[in-house]
Amino acid sequence: MKQEFKIIADLVDKNTRVLDVGCGDGTLMEFLKKNKEIDIRGIEISKNNVQKCVEKGLTVIEGDAEKDLSQFPNSSFDFVILSQTLQAFLRPEIVINELLRVGKKAIVTVPNFGFWKIRLNLLIKGTMPVTKNLPDEWYNTPNLHMCTIKDFFNFCNNRKIKLDKSLALRNEKTSSISNINLNIKNLSAELGIFLIEK
Amino acid sequence: MNGIDSIKKIIVDKPLKLDCGQIINNFPVAYETYGVLNEKKDNAILVFHALTGDQFVSGINPITKKEGWWSYAVGPGKSIDTNKYFVICANVIGGCMGSYGPSDIDPITNKILGINFPVITINDMVNAQYNLLDFFKIDKLFCVTGGSMGGMQVLQFVSNFPDKSKIAIPIACTASHSAQNIAFNELGRQSIMADSNWVDGDYSNKKLNPDKGLSVARMAAHITYLSKVGLQEKFGRKLQERDDLKFGFDADFQIESYLRYQGSVFVDRFDANSYLYITRAMDYFDLIKQHDGNLSRAFVKSKTKFFVISFTSDWLYPTSENKDIVIALNAIGADVGFVEIESDKGHDSFLLDIPKFLNTLKNYINTSYLKN
Repeated sequence: MKQEFKIIADLVDKNTRVLDVGCGDGTLMEFLKKNKEIDIRGIEISKNNVQKCVEKGLTVIEGDAEKDLSQFPNSSFDFVILSQTLQAFLRPEIVINELLRVGKKAIVTVPNFGFWKIRLNLLIKGTMPVTKNLPDEWYNTPNLHMCTIKDFFNFCNNRKIKLDKSLALRNEKTSSISNINLNIKNLSAELGIFLIEK
Repeated sequence: MNGIDSIKKIIVDKPLKLDCGQIINNFPVAYETYGVLNEKKDNAILVFHALTGDQFVSGINPITKKEGWWSYAVGPGKSIDTNKYFVICANVIGGCMGSYGPSDIDPITNKILGINFPVITINDMVNAQYNLLDFFKIDKLFCVTGGSMGGMQVLQFVSNFPDKSKIAIPIACTASHSAQNIAFNELGRQSIMADSNWVDGDYSNKKLNPDKGLSVARMAAHITYLSKVGLQEKFGRKLQERDDLKFGFDADFQIESYLRYQGSVFVDRFDANSYLYITRAMDYFDLIKQHDGNLSRAFVKSKTKFFVISFTSDWLYPTSENKDIVIALNAIGADVGFVEIESDKGHDSFLLDIPKFLNTLKNYINTSYLKN
């Protein structure tokens, strides 16, 4: 999803220190490095992906973000990015706390389980939704904690986490999420992108 | 031994104060180089060898006539490409391949030093080798790397000389020798010292050789370099050139025969006192204690980029101990990467043909050099 990366790149300031949590094969890191003069590194759990990052000349630490974020000091990064990974953690709440401790700001993107196609899928078929963005079956999905844009929005508000920016993405088109249009965006967007801080 | 004349040496005429307090001067550091130092002098890689290694990293070792100890990783077109980089490796002091060690002659008594050689440390080894930078007039190395004890020297080097290498790749090592590490080394030392031919370390002057002790030390150590799974797969309970058990103490099993062989070839190339001194240096290695219990302090002055590599089946210097180095570096916001390579070959993995490891090493070195 190239558009997501472009939006993330816009949210990240130049000459900053950035950590990409669950950086995968380094596609986003590579993109950000090319487009922004930033000092970026990643954490990745999959050995194969770590190898791919090294091939690209990216700084990567093989490890489990759920455990290994604790080794970073407070505010050691200007931005910490979590791209479509939150739902795969055992304890997402703790991960978000860690993101906000390690980073001055965090960028979190969540696949929206409230997207109308997903809702319709469950309503009509009566089976767990399988879509282009969520291609796995219920028995083999890595996603343990799916949420909706509204869930994440409310989560931040309830915990007094500042939502600096809330964006909805649908068909490469970006729009802002606010209290007023929250229910609509929760139905129409495939992905939520949030810039948050403590 | 034949070929001894082909050993290159520098004589260090700067006094070196050892950790034990003794000062050494005019001592030899034997080294070998591969590749060519470029005009900018920015392509030099200093490789540190492990316990029983030497300066002959690649190609045919002129003394032993065997492949260099890191031939899989170092050479033309290899991970550490000698067509591109200038590779330097020195024999550690305390060693037995030309650098100042216990088999040198004491100029006063005109006898072989033996255990009158001072006890040396990893710090002393690194400080001695640093003189090679002056010799080659290299202001800053591109890379320092090494596995096992070589990795310990990498850590010590960056700690001692924070701005003298652009990148550092410690492999399968630790920042502090564990009780288990010390225990295995002590087993080796005791085996040497229990050999009646050791005669308090004076065997060379008495024309004796503590071969039995040294070979048992090697056999015991060799087990720690392999993994249980690796051993089981390679040997299992296979018998050595016989159809059945012989109900005796001959080498019935292939693993016994293999270990005996490893021990017997080792004594031809290694000095028993060197084994004592170098294992002692490893046991004394504690970079954490050197920095008042905080490993991060060892690297706080350095801008060196780190890449730490461990192996899944290495139980001698396990991933957790390698990760402690990564954690210490992250705690000070250093630039550090880390990978754990999957391998069932145990600690020895870093010396072997493990494509994933060799590719990773190659990629990291080449992409780091591009960023010059």
